[in-house]
Amino acid sequence: MILGMNLKRILIVVLAGIALTACAVQKKSGMMTGDVYTGTDTVEYLATGVKDRVFFATNKSTLTTASRDTLRKQAAWMRKKGKLSFTIEGHADERGTREYNLALGERRANAAKDYLMTYGISGSRLSVISYGKERPVNSGSNPLAWSQNRRSVTVKAN
Amino acid sequence: MKKLIFFIFCIFLFNSSANALVEVDITRGNLDPLPIAVSPLYIESGSKDIKQGDKIIKNIGERISKVIEVNFRRSGLFNPLKKDSFVQKPDIAHVKPRFEDWKLIKAQALVTGKVLVTEDKLRVEFRLWDVIAAKEMVALAFSTTPNNWRRVAHIISDKVYQRLTGEEGYFDTRIIYVAETGLKTQRYKKLAIMDQDGANLKYLTLGNELVLTPRFNPKNQLVTYLSYFRNLPRVYLLDIETGVQEVVGDFPGMTFAPRFSPDGKKIIMSFAKDGNSDIYTMNLDTRVVEKLTDHTSIDTSPSYSPDGKFICFNSDRSGLQQIYVMRSDGSNVKRITFGKGLYGTPVWSPRGDLIAFTRVHKGKFYIGVMRTDGSGERLLTENFYQEAPSWSPNGRVLIFYRETKSDSEGKGFSAKLWSIDLTGYNERLVETETDGSDPSWSSLLSK
Repeated sequence: MILGMNLKRILIVVLAGIALTACAVQKKSGMMTGDVYTGTDTVEYLATGVKDRVFFATNKSTLTTASRDTLRKQAAWMRKKGKLSFTIEGHADERGTREYNLALGERRANAAKDYLMTYGISGSRLSVISYGKERPVNSGSNPLAWSQNRRSVTVKAN
Repeated sequence: MKKLIFFIFCIFLFNSSANALVEVDITRGNLDPLPIAVSPLYIESGSKDIKQGDKIIKNIGERISKVIEVNFRRSGLFNPLKKDSFVQKPDIAHVKPRFEDWKLIKAQALVTGKVLVTEDKLRVEFRLWDVIAAKEMVALAFSTTPNNWRRVAHIISDKVYQRLTGEEGYFDTRIIYVAETGLKTQRYKKLAIMDQDGANLKYLTLGNELVLTPRFNPKNQLVTYLSYFRNLPRVYLLDIETGVQEVVGDFPGMTFAPRFSPDGKKIIMSFAKDGNSDIYTMNLDTRVVEKLTDHTSIDTSPSYSPDGKFICFNSDRSGLQQIYVMRSDGSNVKRITFGKGLYGTPVWSPRGDLIAFTRVHKGKFYIGVMRTDGSGERLLTENFYQEAPSWSPNGRVLIFYRETKSDSEGKGFSAKLWSIDLTGYNERLVETETDGSDPSWSSLLSK
C-alpha cells in the first residue's frame, strides 16, 4: 500500500515535470508566447507604466498572467482617477468570420471589464464596444500582426 | 426609388416541353454550355431614342441583346454566339427564322425580338426559338417606362433561362453589399446596391459610420444591416425606396448579425451583453422580442429555413465554432457539423434542401454546401480568406466575398465579391467600383 502511494506520488511528480517541460517548450518566438503577443510595439500608455491593452490567443478570451497584471495596474490607476470613465474596445484578427468576430470582440472586452470590476472599478465607469475584425492596428497578414490585433484596449471616454 | 411596374400583356404561345429538343442540364457542372444566338432586337419604325439622365441611348435593340448575352455568358450555362456570324436580319428572324442559317452557325436556341420606344413607353416583344426542332418555345411582350430597359433585358433572360433549364432565373435581381475604401486599419464602409450584373450602382449611406452585413427582406424593398451610428453597434432597417432608416435592435448592448424571416415579418439577430451573445427575434409589426437561445457561448449568424420552421446558426458551445439547427421556437437544438476545423456563416438555401457555410481549416477558408442535417458536405472553393455566402433566389449560385493577403503596410489587400455555381464550377469575380464585401442577393424583382 505504502509503496503504491509512493509510486503514485512519483508518478504525479513525473507528470508535473512533463507538464512543466511542455510549458517551457511552448514556442517563444520573439514577441509571442504561444500565439499571444507579448511585445510592446503597438501598446500605448494610459499613464506611466500603465499599458492600455491586453492580448489574446486565437479564438480565446481568457486573460493571460501578463494581461491580468496589466489590468490590475489599470485598475489601480483608475481608482486614483475617480472622475474618469472608460470604453473597453474588443478586437479580433482577420482570420475569422465577421459576425463571430463581433461576438468574440465583445467577449474579450467583457473579460477585461469583469477583471477591472473585481479590482474595485464600478461597472458604471466602464462601457464596452466590439469592433470585431474591423479595426486592426497592424495591416499585415501574418501571425505577428494577427497577435497584435487580437486585443482589448482601454480608452478614456471623457 | 420609384416602384417599377411591368405589364406582361401578351402571351402568344407556350409549346409543351415534350416537343422541345433543346434543354440545359443544370444539375452538374456545365462544361459544354448551350450555344445560343441572341439576335439584336429589331427597332420598329417611329421608335425614339431613350433619354436616361443626360445620356441618350441609341440602338436600344442591340443594347438589350447585349445585356441578355452578358447574363447568359456569366451563368456558365450558355454560350452566346458572336453576332457578326448572324446571317439573318433581326426583323425577318423575329417573324420567321430560317432555321438552317442558325443551324449552320451551331446555334441550338435563338432569341429574337422587336422594340418600340415612344415618349413615355417602351414596348418589347421577344421570342425564343428551338433551332433544332424548328419551333417557337416562348413568345412574350412587355410594356414599361423607357428607363426600365435593362430590367426588360433581365426579365427576358429569366424567361429564357426558365424555359431552357426548367428552373426560375435570377437575372432580374439586385445585390446589396458593403463598398470599401481606404486603409486596412481604417476602412470606410458604405452600403451599396446594384443590379446583379453590376449596373445601376447606388450608394445608400455616406460612409460616416461603419456599416456591415446588409440583408434583403425577401418580400419587399427593406434591408436590415448593422450600423455603428454614434458608435453604438445596432441593427437597423432601411427602406431603399424612401431612404428612411430606423434602429430596430436598440437593446443595452450590441445587436448584430440580422436577417429577415422568410415571410419578411421578423428580424432574427444576435444580441451581445456581458460577454455573451444569444439569438433573438423581433416582430416588426408588434415589436415583440423573443429570446431563442440561452447559452453562455456565442450564438450568432442565424438564418431561417424557407418554410420558417427551422433556424440554422453558429455557436461555439462545443468549444469551437460549429453549425447548429433548431426549431424556430428555439427548441430541439442539434449540432450538424463535425468535420475538422471551424464552421461559420450558415445560410439556408431558398430551395430548402441545403445550407451554405464557411469552413476554416488549416489556415484556409472554404465556401461549401451540405444537406440540412450536415451530411453530404461539398466544398466548392478554397482560398486564403473568403466567407459569407448568399444564395441567388433560385438557389443555383452563391455570392460571397474574398480578401487577399497584405504586408504590414496593408499592400496587397483587397476585398472583392465573387460568385460560384452550386456545382462548384463557374467561379467569377463580380466587378464593383470599389472593394466590396458582405454581399446579399435579392429576390426576383418581377415576381
